[in-house]
Amino acid sequence: MEFYLVQALNGLASASSLFLVASGLSIIFGVTRIVNFAHGSFYMLGAYIAYTLVQVLPPGAAGYWAAVLGAALAVGLIGAAVELLLLRRIYRAPELFQLLATFGLVLVVADLVLMIWGPEDLLGPRAPGLRGSVMILGEPFPTYELFMIALGPLVLGGLWVLFHRTRWGTLVRAATEDREMVGALGVNEAWLFTSVFVLGSFLAGLGGAVQLPREAVNHTMDLHIIAEVFVVVVVGGMGSILGAFLAAVLISELNAFGILIFPEITLVLVFLIMAAVLIFRPWGLLGRPEGPPRAPAGEHEPPLRLLGRGFLYFCLAVLAAAAVLPHLLPTYYIRIACEVLISALFAASLGFMMTVGGMASFGHAAYFGLGAYGAALAVTYAQVGTGLGLAAALGLGLAGAVLFGYFCVRLSGVYSAMLTLAFAQIVYAVLFQWYGITGGDNGLLGIWPSDWVSSPLAYYYLTLAVVAVSLFLLRRLAFAPFGYSLRAGRDSALRSEAIGIHVRRVRWVGFVIAGFFAAAAGGLFAFLKGSVFPDYSSIPVSVDSLVMVLLGGVQTLSGPIVGAGVYKVLEVFVNRYTEHWQLILGCVLVGLVILFPQGILGYLVGRFGRSGEEWRGVDGAPAGGRAA
Amino acid sequence: MRRRLPFLLALLTMVPGTLALAGEPIKIGEINSYSRVPQFLDPYKKGWEMAVDEINAAGGVLGRKLVVISRDDGGKPDVAERHATELVQNEKVSLLAGTFLSHIGLAVSSFAKRNKVLFVAAEPLSDAITWSKGHRYTFRLRPNTYEQCVMLAREAAKLPAKRWATIAPNYEYGQSAVRAFKEVLSKLRPDVEWVEEQWPALFKLDAGSTVQALARARPDAIFNVTFGSDLAKFVREGTTRGLFRNRSVVSLLTGEPEYLDPLKDEAPEGWIVTGYPWYAIQDPAHKKFVADYEKRYNDYPRVGSLVGYLTFKAIAAAIAKAGSTDTEALVDAMEGLEFDSPVGRIKFRKIDHQSTLGAWVGKIKYDPKRGRGILVDWKYVDGSEVLPGPEWVAKVRPKD
Repeated sequence: MEFYLVQALNGLASASSLFLVASGLSIIFGVTRIVNFAHGSFYMLGAYIAYTLVQVLPPGAAGYWAAVLGAALAVGLIGAAVELLLLRRIYRAPELFQLLATFGLVLVVADLVLMIWGPEDLLGPRAPGLRGSVMILGEPFPTYELFMIALGPLVLGGLWVLFHRTRWGTLVRAATEDREMVGALGVNEAWLFTSVFVLGSFLAGLGGAVQLPREAVNHTMDLHIIAEVFVVVVVGGMGSILGAFLAAVLISELNAFGILIFPEITLVLVFLIMAAVLIFRPWGLLGRPEGPPRAPAGEHEPPLRLLGRGFLYFCLAVLAAAAVLPHLLPTYYIRIACEVLISALFAASLGFMMTVGGMASFGHAAYFGLGAYGAALAVTYAQVGTGLGLAAALGLGLAGAVLFGYFCVRLSGVYSAMLTLAFAQIVYAVLFQWYGITGGDNGLLGIWPSDWVSSPLAYYYLTLAVVAVSLFLLRRLAFAPFGYSLRAGRDSALRSEAIGIHVRRVRWVGFVIAGFFAAAAGGLFAFLKGSVFPDYSSIPVSVDSLVMVLLGGVQTLSGPIVGAGVYKVLEVFVNRYTEHWQLILGCVLVGLVILFPQGILGYLVGRFGRSGEEWRGVDGAPAGGRAA
Repeated sequence: MRRRLPFLLALLTMVPGTLALAGEPIKIGEINSYSRVPQFLDPYKKGWEMAVDEINAAGGVLGRKLVVISRDDGGKPDVAERHATELVQNEKVSLLAGTFLSHIGLAVSSFAKRNKVLFVAAEPLSDAITWSKGHRYTFRLRPNTYEQCVMLAREAAKLPAKRWATIAPNYEYGQSAVRAFKEVLSKLRPDVEWVEEQWPALFKLDAGSTVQALARARPDAIFNVTFGSDLAKFVREGTTRGLFRNRSVVSLLTGEPEYLDPLKDEAPEGWIVTGYPWYAIQDPAHKKFVADYEKRYNDYPRVGSLVGYLTFKAIAAAIAKAGSTDTEALVDAMEGLEFDSPVGRIKFRKIDHQSTLGAWVGKIKYDPKRGRGILVDWKYVDGSEVLPGPEWVAKVRPKD
């Protein structure tokens, strides 16, 4: 019995440390609707800065706690700079676009941290006065963990007072509920956003700084925390601080007791919890259903339009060029071209879901990975050729999309996107842990194409054929009656239901189509690389697909294809020529975000109107776009 | 890059036409996860750069200089495959070397098998590389997980402990380490019991709960496979909670400077570990290696430095023995290749392409003079003492 109580205390200590970081993220999202990937980087910076300040400041309790607080403040200032210089420029961009900017920041911070603090793990000192342990129920318990247990509720209480007893807090709560209305009432939104971002960053920095006695500061802290704090925020209900606290406690306690019964569960536990919570409570524990989405005043997204003969000729010309090109290139570039084509299909499949269906996904790699494994499993266990291997890829991807899509389309917005992430992580965990079948993290090797497509050139033509047909079909679907129903459901679920469209079913089919074509890309990738790994369904691959779509522009069907081309080519060449490819790629992304806040193609189309009028609407028509 | 530049400039100044074929440099492609695990690969890179410069200063191999073209895979197996293609197709390298993470080692190995290119795996530990997924074109330098576990299990068998608990990161490396350790120790000591196991996700150890879960089982001894930031958390939390009091701990790789030094004065005393006591090895060849390294980099060598250095010394020895850079000749030369190194004579076994480089087994002791832990009562265990024999290899390794 004593043991279980102490284990519960252990869970509470972990909960506090998760909550500190998650609360900041929740506040930022609640008000600004920015999905801030860089929150983990702020957390890591907090830890590194605290480590340095502790070395510089005089030893002793005062110096130590000054360092912790100083680090949090410093990160708050960095947050202010990021908000003022970068994010403020792109609030008006399409939904989720800011994610691209914060992803660029993640890369930049990761490289800068390595340059400043070096690659070695840094073990900071223990907190003065809280070094030892006390006996609790016969078990030694570290005093610092007791401090952590107290810190969580303290911060929670402090935030409650801030939000419920100050004018600023009232404004923040109002903005969380309806930010256009707050703006309309004459509140200076810009400064409200900045102050909220600073508070959120401060909390992330504090969360990192108080980790100093608990773990060695290292350059992977950012990526290791970010997924988990997102889960905490979503499980709690976006924008709900108390919800985030409850979620942190729930997750940490289930982890503390879960490992006693089933130690291998560590890999996937948080995502199982998230999936379970979201299926039964689509807005998290304490979240509130969102009203119908509303387009910002004065702006609207014009509808997709069928392009004329000119575009057809353009596509045929591109196709002809793609068919001739490999004869002029060395083998290596043929293979790069294959990678670009596969990325284009992968991005286009996600783009279809986002542009036509209005559904975002943070876990699109699930279907890419399932496709790759479908092919690899068929080759490994049934010795099939490339054709049947690709068919198996489509089959497995389809099955996954049908199953997961059923649950995901019941949710909306970021909740739906997070549920896709949960499923992607479950796929990842299964591939990672099921050694007998999937080979675990060592993957399946020797998945090479059959003789008829074994030469690089032949495989290139196979890839080109599959990708070209798929892209054509995706485009065709967008303008088929089905595509129109899907777009109707995206723009106004209420009106669509009223005219007899089964919105949920239409969205489900849309989701499955996106998963199906992602699986095609995954299958092609498996044979191109000759081996498959669970990495193919991991978070970084999902993020890559999202980055490609956003980079190209989410308003057009061709945007993701352009984005994939630009991103892939950048990645390949920057990586080849410099050790600091993360820094350079990050800076380029941030630069592109500022230059093209509608995505590259979105910008070009907007700028040079008639030449590609894919998204030009009826002149002067007001926001038909996404009004309820 | 920086090191290659003067050499390239020198090449440019040569009058075209005087470039005899024999004088053309031998290109070697190198792939590793530099940006993903810099703490280990930084020293590794320094090690191979030193080896290559030494070889070239001595006139190169077959009268030709070595040029290494190095690429960062960022920890992604598909990127490693792309680099391998580029290096072989575009740069026309004579062979591939490198990799640290096991799955990337396997991906490059699979590429080497299909494209019939020699691949000298430097650091990846997975047993599969030379055994269940072994083939003609891949060789591996570093002692694998199984070998290091056997070394530790033999020491563990001498302890009185009967009740054992294990903690290992939840991926292939952790799992095969625990499996090998259990298998060997249970064979040597049929009386031991396995009372608890913990599998934290890699670098996401929830230290408090996990330490408590281990303590609950009241084991006599613990076998630890965690490393890096997980190890720091585990050591700190375990020490504060008295987990290690009156218990033996046997721990894989913890004595390597890469893992031990960041712990500074909190190095866990008394742990039985594999490691690298570079400060205490008295062999003159090794002393020279350390002195050269310290002089060149103003830093001390880590295991990575040694592995990087030895990998390229082995490659040079293989090219010299083969007398050409033809892949088949190189592979034949690598099989059974013997070369002298700062840590003694090393051989690549013909039966499984595993080198006989060994590891050092000892106990951790805190050294106040250095401000960090060191290995004491250590001994070098040669790979040949722990590697399984030909019958066993024939059973697990596919025929070429």
